[in-house]
Amino acid sequence: MPEGLTAQAVPITGTGPLSRPQPDYVDAPLRAFAIATVFWGIAGFLAGVVIALQLAYPQLNLGIEFTTFGRLRPLHTSAVIFAFGGNALFLTSLYVVQRTCRARLLGGDDAAWLLFWGYQFFIVIAATGYLLGITQGKEYAEPEWYADLWLTVLWVSYLVVFGGTILRREEPHIYVANWFFLAFIITVAVLHLGNNVAIPTSFGSAKSYGAASGVQDAMIQWWYGHNAVGFFLTAGFLGMMYYFVPKQADRPIYSYRLSIVHFWAITFLYIWAGPHHLHYTALPDWAQVLGMVFSIMLWMPSWGGMINGLMTLSGAWDKLRTDVGLRFSVAAVGFYGMATFEGPVMSIRAVNSLSHYTDWTIGHVHSGALGWNGFITFGVLYWLVPRLWGRTKLYSERLASWHFWIATLGILLYITSMWVSGIMQGLMWRAYDHLGFLQYSFVETVAALHPYYVIRATGGVLYLTGALLMAYNLWRTVRMPVAEANVALPNASTLPAAA
Amino acid sequence: MFGIRFNHGTIERNLILLGLLTLITISIGGLVQVIPLFTVESTIERVGGIRPYTPLEQAGRDIYVREGCYTCHSQMVRPFRDERERYGHYSLAAESMFDKPFQWGSKRTGPDLARVGGRYSDEWHVLHLRDPRHLVPESIMPSYGFLDRPLDYRDIGQRLATLRTAGVPYTDAMVANARADLEAQARPAEDGSAFSARYGRARQMDPDGNARAITEMDALVAYLQMLGTLVDFTEATPERLRQQ
Repeated sequence: MPEGLTAQAVPITGTGPLSRPQPDYVDAPLRAFAIATVFWGIAGFLAGVVIALQLAYPQLNLGIEFTTFGRLRPLHTSAVIFAFGGNALFLTSLYVVQRTCRARLLGGDDAAWLLFWGYQFFIVIAATGYLLGITQGKEYAEPEWYADLWLTVLWVSYLVVFGGTILRREEPHIYVANWFFLAFIITVAVLHLGNNVAIPTSFGSAKSYGAASGVQDAMIQWWYGHNAVGFFLTAGFLGMMYYFVPKQADRPIYSYRLSIVHFWAITFLYIWAGPHHLHYTALPDWAQVLGMVFSIMLWMPSWGGMINGLMTLSGAWDKLRTDVGLRFSVAAVGFYGMATFEGPVMSIRAVNSLSHYTDWTIGHVHSGALGWNGFITFGVLYWLVPRLWGRTKLYSERLASWHFWIATLGILLYITSMWVSGIMQGLMWRAYDHLGFLQYSFVETVAALHPYYVIRATGGVLYLTGALLMAYNLWRTVRMPVAEANVALPNASTLPAAA
Repeated sequence: MFGIRFNHGTIERNLILLGLLTLITISIGGLVQVIPLFTVESTIERVGGIRPYTPLEQAGRDIYVREGCYTCHSQMVRPFRDERERYGHYSLAAESMFDKPFQWGSKRTGPDLARVGGRYSDEWHVLHLRDPRHLVPESIMPSYGFLDRPLDYRDIGQRLATLRTAGVPYTDAMVANARADLEAQARPAEDGSAFSARYGRARQMDPDGNARAITEMDALVAYLQMLGTLVDFTEATPERLRQQ
């Protein structure tokens, strides 16, 4: 066996070798990232509930420009993906890289604070732009050129801080979670630069026009868009899985070899999947077929990753009953498996001809976003917040359990209603009557969706309610007496064994 | 496992190597899919009638983008029987070749708009945008009455110049006369011969009937009314469109 095999597979719990003093880890800015994660999560879920209700009750658009669906929808997607997900990724990557490298963050507290405030600033200038109608009009890449430039500067700093910390490591090997975080940071940088080449109309104007147009713009956009899913919402969050699931389960990662295959297969295959967003469009067929074939291939490494995460619980399944944080993480990995099966199915052109443009896509995205990204973040927060604040335990496991079941019910309502409405609308669009005429006018299909939009909004309200319970629970946890701080949960005991 | 004796540990111990290999791995797919679209000539069909947007249409398009219409409306008719009957001829790549950004969309909460031009009257669009449920009771579209405000087109020349820098074939005369052309198109009572000389069949129109002001409503309706109307499909037959 190659050297280092077991080293990477076994994050040892306990206190680590006593001969090596623990570095002075940067924690204060990470607490801020944790707070921001909860705050933006709730803001993003709330925006989602509002726009879901607007689709059921259009009067809620209020007839003023700042509150129309068209302007709030990017606010919702960006708040959830980039604000909630982004802060969670900063939090976990900066936490994990220090522990697994046994090194203090490069640049110390100052660098981390710079990243924190710089990123919150990006969120605020992007979000205010959406409300004012300042947008590039490309999904998940709505921020205009000035916000894009700022994010570029910030992202390079992030890469330097993260990579620089790895270079200072005392451990010979770079732990697998860091491979995924690194791939996430590098790829998001490439995607961001590639999809945002634009010329401002003037330096005093927020408006710009992109370098690409039409079919090329479409391909570049979905190369970006699908890999925002692939690397922001998948690779980065897999980094979380590879560190926090073993920590929560107190077990080593199931298979080191599977980690290697998982990593390289995901990074290679994901990039090709973009064209499945453009089936039967004016994009040339060769590109569509490439996108479909690679999307189907992607199923295998995705499930390899799921198996690696789930099987880590071998011998520790009983913990699911007692540890709510772990329950969230494991359910998240389950949702990841479900979404990464559904995705390849929907990328098949024949299936896509029905599902595309319908709510099925929305349901699919949310089984990934609510189930996978949301749940694993909640799981991490329940584990990490007591440790970051030096508390012995969570304020209430019972409340966390309520969060789990309310949120799970919310997700089920959400995705099942979107399956039904999506498939129904797709079938109604193509239905013919016995005389050979289209059976339904477009607006009849819209009217038919109303009940499902109400159910979907209800699911969203439940999910939001769960998040509010979590915020209360975490706040009470932080406010608990510090008397027992010196017997707090082990924070830095998280090293992989020395080679 | 890898046939030859290969030690992954080498990569795991070298950050630069790991980062470089990752960068190479993630670059391949994107390069293979994007570069040929710029180099293979058959990607964009050769059809007659395609022209850059008039200044008024471009101003309307910028409002379409600003309001996030793409979050509910696609502009891409797929080659299916039902879509052909519902919307018209399937969309060509050529029809969006000057679109910055492309607005093909990913969701049809409302109907596809790729060929909405000419299907309804100007007045219908104005009334529908002001209060969609007044005309279509089941509609869930927001009301866009706030578009009845003056259009700010002071920088329209700058916009066309920027579009030209980014590859849209506006002529010097088009850029220099952008404001005049915008006003000429929006004021049907005035002489539009200079405008028509530059933009061919583009129609002079005042959708909201308010002769005193050029509104955002006027611009948006001008854009909607030209969508999908440029290509003459009696000439652009499937045989001629077939990718070589």
